[in-house]
Amino acid sequence: MELLPKAENRVRRKSLMPGVGQFLRTLGAIIWKDLATELRSRELLSAMLVFALLVILIFNFALELDAQARATVTAGVLWVTFAFAGTIGLNRSMAMEKDRGCLDGLLLAPVDRSAIYFGKAIGNLIFMLIVEAIILPAYSVLYSVNLFKPGLLLVILLGSTGYVAVGTLLSSMAVQTRTRDVLLPILLFPLVIPVMIAAVKASMGYLQGSDILDIRPWLNLLLVYDVIFIAAAFMVFDYVVEE
Amino acid sequence: MQSKPRLLTILDIVTLLLFVVAVGMVFFYAPLEAVMGQVQRVFYFHVANAWVGMLGFLVAAISGAGLLIKGDPKWDIAGIAAIEISFVFFFIAIVSGSIWARGTWGTWWTWDPRLTSAAIVELLYAAYFMLRQGIEDPDRRARIGAIYAILSFLSVPLTFISIRIFRTIHPVIIGSGAATAQGSFDMTTKMLQTFMFSLLTFSFIFADLLWHRIRLGRLAVETETLRLKTLQ
Repeated sequence: MELLPKAENRVRRKSLMPGVGQFLRTLGAIIWKDLATELRSRELLSAMLVFALLVILIFNFALELDAQARATVTAGVLWVTFAFAGTIGLNRSMAMEKDRGCLDGLLLAPVDRSAIYFGKAIGNLIFMLIVEAIILPAYSVLYSVNLFKPGLLLVILLGSTGYVAVGTLLSSMAVQTRTRDVLLPILLFPLVIPVMIAAVKASMGYLQGSDILDIRPWLNLLLVYDVIFIAAAFMVFDYVVEE
Repeated sequence: MQSKPRLLTILDIVTLLLFVVAVGMVFFYAPLEAVMGQVQRVFYFHVANAWVGMLGFLVAAISGAGLLIKGDPKWDIAGIAAIEISFVFFFIAIVSGSIWARGTWGTWWTWDPRLTSAAIVELLYAAYFMLRQGIEDPDRRARIGAIYAILSFLSVPLTFISIRIFRTIHPVIIGSGAATAQGSFDMTTKMLQTFMFSLLTFSFIFADLLWHRIRLGRLAVETETLRLKTLQ
């Protein structure tokens, strides 16, 4: 009788480790697939980048970004740009899967479906971070503002993570509708409002050199948002792609 | 088709009576507020409307979870019913707040964080309707609608927290408000009674409407099946 639980434990431990290993392998394969496609076509990144630059140029005329205005609106301009460029990327990345039947192929593969979600999300995050890594120096040069502050980079990482976590889930929902391209921003923006508010406020705090005590609540909010929505997406993604 | 349940008829009558009493209490029982005057009476139904708005969104999120776990379409009917009702009530809360703000703050709308967050919540659920409209397959519509309802419900508290970190001029009557709030007041006993009674009344209105809307949803499903059968 005493042997039974031991045997059970052994079986579980054996099956757990390959599970984690396989999950990571699947994750890596999906991220690699997205990166390789992008390396060959470069359609997603170039579209996001050009669009982001255009948004900044439009802001330049719309807001008269003189030295005085820049001090207060830089954080806002940056985040609106990231959000718009991010929507383009999210839309394209999911539409690509849907149009060429790639998503069905992924779903047919005998892998954990949350690995598909995390793979797509990390891929999207990488694209978004690349765009941000190009936009930040460009903005710094164009408007002679120093944007290279470690705090600001942390905010951008946290904010983009939350944005992409929700965005990937919603784009996989939006591709299943008739009005998919139009629908994604409508679904996404009201949901990521907390991220946007917190990210803008925290970025502005770092850019203006505010006290860390004033910035901390916003950072906490970003972290909480990221954790809650990554967990929620992990739980519901199975239902999104179910046929 | 089943006839209207007797309990529902009773609920209709009780709700109607409660509502008449609540209106009476707001206008004749609650004392006149010293500073703001008559416009303060908006407060009772304003908060009650917002309460129903939030209640419906809670019901929708629970129905969404129910649908995902059980897969029974009846949860979907309850979910859309709750959101439809709450959408309207929350809109009334915004409009009535606007009327109050005109009298107290001197403007219909300010970009106060609290008002902004209310507008965001309303837009969130407008997006929910658009999402549902775009999907034809009923099973998929139910599933994806449920997920969006749950996600929205998760983000609403965060939106409110992000708003709380700002200083707001919206008064907080229950609990402690910010020192910068304008138009705050202390409730007398009679005001508190009227306020609580309004909350109770509106909860009844919500339950009553929800029941009606769920029946309507079931009938819609029934007609749809009948129509498909006739077409075949």
